[in-house]
Amino acid sequence: MAAEFLRIDKLVKAFGTNQVVKGVDVSFNQGEFVTLLGPSGCGKTTILRMIAGFEKPTSGSITVDGHDITTLAPNKRQIGMVFQAYALFPNMNVADNVGFGLKIANVPRAQREARVEEMLKLIGLTGYGKRFPFELSGGQQQRVALARALAPSPRMLLLDEPLSALDAKIRVSLREQIREIQRELGITTVFVTHDQEEALSISDRIVVMNAGNVEQFGAPFEIYNRPQTRFVATFVGQLNTLNATVADAGRKSVQIGASTVTIPALPATARTGEAIALTMRPEAVSLSDVTGRDIQLEGRVAEVHFLGSVIRLKVDLGGNTISLDTFNDQRTPPPTHGTPVRLGIASSDVLVLGS
Amino acid sequence: MTRGKPWAWVVFGLAALYFLLPLIATVDFSLRIRRGTYSLDAYLNVLADPRFQQTFSYSIFIGLTTILVGIFIVLPAAYYVRLRLPQLRPLVEFVTLLPLIIPAIILVFGYIRLYSSSSWLPLLGWQVGGQYIGGPILLTFAYVALGLPYMYRAIDTGLRTIDVQTLTEAATILGANQFAILAQVILPNIVVAVLSGAFLTLAIVIGEFTIASLLNQQVFGVYMQNVGANRAFEPAALAVISFVITWGAMGMIQLLARFAPKTARKE
Repeated sequence: MAAEFLRIDKLVKAFGTNQVVKGVDVSFNQGEFVTLLGPSGCGKTTILRMIAGFEKPTSGSITVDGHDITTLAPNKRQIGMVFQAYALFPNMNVADNVGFGLKIANVPRAQREARVEEMLKLIGLTGYGKRFPFELSGGQQQRVALARALAPSPRMLLLDEPLSALDAKIRVSLREQIREIQRELGITTVFVTHDQEEALSISDRIVVMNAGNVEQFGAPFEIYNRPQTRFVATFVGQLNTLNATVADAGRKSVQIGASTVTIPALPATARTGEAIALTMRPEAVSLSDVTGRDIQLEGRVAEVHFLGSVIRLKVDLGGNTISLDTFNDQRTPPPTHGTPVRLGIASSDVLVLGS
Repeated sequence: MTRGKPWAWVVFGLAALYFLLPLIATVDFSLRIRRGTYSLDAYLNVLADPRFQQTFSYSIFIGLTTILVGIFIVLPAAYYVRLRLPQLRPLVEFVTLLPLIIPAIILVFGYIRLYSSSSWLPLLGWQVGGQYIGGPILLTFAYVALGLPYMYRAIDTGLRTIDVQTLTEAATILGANQFAILAQVILPNIVVAVLSGAFLTLAIVIGEFTIASLLNQQVFGVYMQNVGANRAFEPAALAVISFVITWGAMGMIQLLARFAPKTARKE
C-alpha cells in the first residue's frame, strides 16, 4: 500500500452543545478502500460531509495528499461523491448527468463525449446515454451516479450509504461492481455504511465508530476476529456471552458450570473468584466433539433457524444461551427443539472483553 | 356520497351561473353594436385602434420585464431560504403576502413620495435620450411587488418538489458554483413552476390600472378605463379580450405542467 493520502487530525464537530464527532484521528492510504462503519448518529456521515466540505469542522484538520483542505470550498476539492438518494439531475439525460462535472470544468465537447462513453462502458450502461433518470431502475441510477462522480477524475471518492436504498440482490452485485471499479482505478475511497456485512465484504480497512469516537480501525479480519472493545464485538457480527468465574487467575483457568478450562485470553488484571463474561462468535462453537475444542458443554436446543446453507441454533445451557452456526447437511436434518446436544468450543477462540 | 350528489350538482350549477351569467351577458353585449344583429365590429374597432396596439404591447413589455426581474429576485431568495435559512420561511412568506394586504394605491403613493422630482432620489425625473425612464422602471418594480405573492409561492412549490439540498451538494462537489447550480440544475427542474408564477404575474400586469394611472403610464389597463368612459360596446369587447388573455395564461400553466422534468423513481 502506498503512503498516507487522507489525514483526519483531531477532528471535532459540534452542533450547538451536541458534539457529534469527538476528536477523530485517522489516516488512509493512497488507493485504499476504507469504510466508516457504525450505528445511526455515530458521526460517520458527518465526517464524510466534512471531507466533502459540506460541513465545517468545529476544530481539527483534513489533509489530502499533503494539502490542508479543511476550509477549502467543496467545489474546489476535486472529490467525487455518490449520495444515498442518487441525486441525479432529473432534467438531464444519463450522458449529460455523467458529463456535468466535465462541462463545468470547460472540457471540450468531443473530449467530454469520449469520457462519458468511457464511463458508461465502465459501469456497464453503454447505450443508455439518452435515457432520463426516471427511466432507470434504482441500481442503474446509482451506477450512473458513480460514473458521474468518477468522470472528472477526482482525487478521491466518497460513498454515502450508496446501497441502502436498493434491494438485497442488487445491493450485493452493485457493491461488488463498486469494489471492482475502485480497484481498477486505484482511487482512494471512503465508504459510509451501517451494514457490517457490507463493510466486511468490500473494505481494505474499517473504521468502527460509536458516539462520535473511533472504537477500532483495522482490516476486516482484525475487526471481526480481534475486536478491541465490547461495542465492536457486538456491533460487528453475532456474539455469545457465557457467564463464568475465575478459578485461578495465575493459571488463567476459569470455571463454566461444572467444568474448569484454561482461557489464554484471560487478562492479567483478572482476580481469582471474580465473575467474568466470556464471549465467542457463533462459528467458534461446534455441535459435537471436534478435535481441539477443549471446552465441552451440554444443553438443549431452544431454537432452530434454517437459513439455507447455514442453520443457526440457540442452545440453552441452564443459565446461559448460546448461538451457533452449523452448515446444512442434505442427508441429516437439523436437531429439533428440546434435543439434548453437546457443544465444543476451542478455548483459544474465547475472548474476554472489557467494557 | 350518492345521496349528496344531486345537491352537489345544484351547488355547482348555482356557482356556474354566478360566474358565467355576467360573462355571457358581456359577450352578448359586446356583439350588439349593430342594431338587431350580432357582429364583431366592437372587437374590430378595438383591434384597429392604434392606442390599443400601443398600450397592449407596452403592457406586454412591462409584463415580461416584471417577470424577468421577479424571477431574478425571487428564485435566488426562495432557493437560499429553503437551503440555508428554512427557519426564516414563515417570515419570508409573510413579507411576500404584504402586497395582498396593502392596497396598491398605498404602494404607488409611497413611490411617488420617495422618487418624485422633489424627493432626495428623483427617479421619476430620470431621462435617457429625452425619454423618461423612471416611470417604466418604477412601474416594473411596483408590479414585481404585486406579483410577489404568486411568484414566490409558485417557485417555492416548485422547490418543494425537488431535493434542493442533495442536488445542490451533488452539483457543488462536481465543481459547480452557485450561479451554475441555479441556472443549470435548479431552474430547469422547476421551470414549470416558474412559468406558472410568470403567467399569473402577466395576468395581473395586463389588467392593472391604479399604479400605472398614478405613475402616468399608458398601459392596457389605463386604455381600458379611458375607452370605458367614452364608448359603450368597446369596453365589453375589451373585457372579453382581457378575460381571454387571462384564461390563456392559466391554460398555459396547465399545459406546461405536463412537461415538468419527472422525478426519478427509487427502489
